[in-house]
Amino acid sequence: MAYTKEKIKDLVDGTIDRDTLHTMLSTPKDGDRFVKYIEVLQEQVPWDDKIILPLGPKLFIVQRASDKAWVVKSIAGHEFCDWRDNWKLYAVIRVRETAEEMEELYPRLMAPSTDWQVIREYYCPTSGDLLDVEAPTPWYPVIHDFEPDIDAFYTEWLGLEIPERAA
Amino acid sequence: MNVQSDIKGIVRGGQTLKQHRDKIQEDTKATGHYAGLKERALQKEDPILYNKLFSRLRAGVVDARETAKKIAASPIVEQEGELCFTLYNAAGDSILSSTGIMIHVGTMGAAIKYMIENDWEGNPGIADKDIFTNNDPLIGNVHPCDIHTIVPIFHEGELIGWVGGVTHVIDTGAVGPGSMTTGQVQRFGDGYSVTCRKVGANDELFRDWLHESQRSVRTTRYWMLDERTRVAGCHMIRKLIEEVVAEEGIEAYWKFAYEAVEHGREGLQNRIKAMTIPGKYRQVGFVDVPYSHEDVHVPSTFAKVDTIMHTPSEMTIRPDGTWRLDFEGSSRWGWHTYNAHAVSFTSGIWVMMTQTLIPSELINDGAAYGTEFRLPKGTWMNPDDRRVAYAYSWHFLVSSWTALWRGLSRSYFGRGYLEEVNAGNANTSNWLQGGGFNQYDEIHAVNSFECAANGVGASAFADGISNAAAIWNPEGDMGDMEIWELAEPLVYLGRQIKSSSGGAGKYRGGCGFESLRMVWNAKDWTMFFMGNGHISSDWGLMGGYPAASGYRFEAHDTGLKEKIANGDPIPHGGDTDPENPVYDSLINQAGIKRDKQAITTEDMFEDHDLYLNYMRGGPGFGDPLDREPSAVADDVNGGYLIERFAERVYGVILVDGDDGQKVADDAATEAKRADIRKDRLAKAVPTRDWMAKERERILNKDTGVHVQQMYASSFQLGPKWAQEFRDFWDLPEDWDLKEEDLPIPSYGREYSMDLSELPDVKTVKFVEE
Repeated sequence: MAYTKEKIKDLVDGTIDRDTLHTMLSTPKDGDRFVKYIEVLQEQVPWDDKIILPLGPKLFIVQRASDKAWVVKSIAGHEFCDWRDNWKLYAVIRVRETAEEMEELYPRLMAPSTDWQVIREYYCPTSGDLLDVEAPTPWYPVIHDFEPDIDAFYTEWLGLEIPERAA
Repeated sequence: MNVQSDIKGIVRGGQTLKQHRDKIQEDTKATGHYAGLKERALQKEDPILYNKLFSRLRAGVVDARETAKKIAASPIVEQEGELCFTLYNAAGDSILSSTGIMIHVGTMGAAIKYMIENDWEGNPGIADKDIFTNNDPLIGNVHPCDIHTIVPIFHEGELIGWVGGVTHVIDTGAVGPGSMTTGQVQRFGDGYSVTCRKVGANDELFRDWLHESQRSVRTTRYWMLDERTRVAGCHMIRKLIEEVVAEEGIEAYWKFAYEAVEHGREGLQNRIKAMTIPGKYRQVGFVDVPYSHEDVHVPSTFAKVDTIMHTPSEMTIRPDGTWRLDFEGSSRWGWHTYNAHAVSFTSGIWVMMTQTLIPSELINDGAAYGTEFRLPKGTWMNPDDRRVAYAYSWHFLVSSWTALWRGLSRSYFGRGYLEEVNAGNANTSNWLQGGGFNQYDEIHAVNSFECAANGVGASAFADGISNAAAIWNPEGDMGDMEIWELAEPLVYLGRQIKSSSGGAGKYRGGCGFESLRMVWNAKDWTMFFMGNGHISSDWGLMGGYPAASGYRFEAHDTGLKEKIANGDPIPHGGDTDPENPVYDSLINQAGIKRDKQAITTEDMFEDHDLYLNYMRGGPGFGDPLDREPSAVADDVNGGYLIERFAERVYGVILVDGDDGQKVADDAATEAKRADIRKDRLAKAVPTRDWMAKERERILNKDTGVHVQQMYASSFQLGPKWAQEFRDFWDLPEDWDLKEEDLPIPSYGREYSMDLSELPDVKTVKFVEE
């Protein structure tokens, strides 16, 4: 099964029709999805760096056009760090740790108790986009949630060449 | 001729069960293929027959479930579908399973393996038409209320497999009424415990078993009919196997019974390669155990402490499509009923995977053989003490697994399979439980399974579905109010969507719902609450927020009898905005309990008392400021979102439309969202600046004792995790945190005794410890 690039764009945009969605969910996966997906995303970002792997709707591992270095970059153009680092350490953070701050998000009684759990919001320093939310106990280390093996993914699983990567 | 072959076993071909299982294990280990099956001969040589066998057997076990459940009277089984039937080969490895509570694919297999390893073949003996019953969490069951009926399948005098059936019964005779009670802190209070007991022969249940078991639980009638449900389903499947063997030949069936497992193992590996991305994924789950509260009555003072359960996980997907799940750093088991056996923890993960990674009919032990699990011994999901209680192991099972959705979803998102992304599952609660004398003047217990319909986590292309699902039963249902009113002396005064219970996001989590129940025609009645309260276990994904957490509302001495007689207004509908409650002004306020204490033990309720059953929502996906403004208006109009959060969380300015509905003012919304983004940055600091301050708090031990206990417990059992914590915060050598230094008791910290230390007991190890 394969889908047109338009259908993949619909999926990305949240406008996918139910019949196609059902087929996507209930039949074997389309092997060329990644390539079409990256094409769709590449057309939607405002910069020219090549997308290597999406990390979220507004966060990507990219090949920086100027020097081919792989970095984590937001849709707004902020470059966080080397692709192997934890980008959250280079973001800006707001920690909700009072009842008043929690009740901006939840009705009283439906909010977590801040002596048990806090909410940590990681923003893009350029745009203020909310890129990730952690909700651990106090003291919790910042989680490095994903370390992709991109080389194996591209070459062994997808049969693609690894884009150039500056040392 | 070797020595072993002199022993005539019951397995087809003459092996004993133990010899048979040992050989399967040995061949699997040696080759990396289940039972050494590098090639699946039947599937290769006669693929049509192979697939015919699969389809016929799969349809048969599903048919057995659908037919047998009509025998049950318990709405948990009949309405919610809390049952499952699974077919096993002679070694106790599952071949295929029905729909339903599929966690038991592994747990019933664990019971069969326990019988094999402990020579049930020699004593009490295993014969054609025997019936065995098990509910023992110490050997792999989830909790005692899941009762297994296991029947061996013979062909021409030799054992060729097993069939297992399970139902979730409404009461197990625990300290308190209900199937997943909170009052006990050791398994001796968990209720009736049965370890792979032979309860019948010649297809007939023994009279001593019937007499003993019926009086060991409160809800005898449900218990009896549940047992008949399980026996009937098992016998339907056994008959099916007999017919299949007669028609297709024993050789074909025998080959199928092993090749299907290898097929499942290889299938998982292929799916991993087809859907994910190799690499390391890290995530964590928490849940609260707030026992230092006046409404938690437990028998032991050492259990009366606030604690937090903790499960960090590292998922490694390798280039060859194999994977490993390591739960290093998890906290120790505790004096409550939320502990789990390693089998229920790992087997339950397959219930989740059937909804994402392996959404096929081929659900069997092949997936377990294809996965490396590491659960450190002594943790809450692999306890090292036989006193541990398990009655509501789901409290943290669901909250641990929700983190795994996030890990897998990062890979689906990266690869473009957005249709598979799920921000997580809901904490499946509240559990309305209790008992006493019901409206029919009988001893009774209740466990409302309304929360088989919680909110679903958001996806990367759409909102999570509301009041729709529970992670433990892909076919869950909230049940009909009329049926619950027949089963419980509790009248509905309302049932509606729980506003703002789903986590916010570009795509929001599905909302839960809430039911307001009034006690009616009950005598000597009790109820209690069971769910998350201080902690929302279900984080959002990629900018989405966690689902809302829980609370309780109960009201006593309400004055409703008089109000109803007078025709005065009474509380009805939902507790729509607990920050601005409406119920409270209509009843006697002195009897209201409205707080974050979402776990309690049995409390007395009288007619006209009220109980709010609030089902949780799912977490959100993506930045809420990216949500379509019209979708936010729809949320408010539909009761999914309390209006003030439209502006605060989503930055959507709503105005009144011509038809009285709210509509979004797009221009004002755009301006508001720009303001919120500026405000976010004004309130934020660089992460490393915040870390420097947080480090000071750690150095000063500045956090609650319950939080410190969680860390100390994880440090003790997970030295690698402890070192990573120290490294991350750059803590000095002399900084330490030990449970013995905290001002709360920690019984079990140093002294424990495992089941394996009992005489003549051989436990079966299923995971790396």
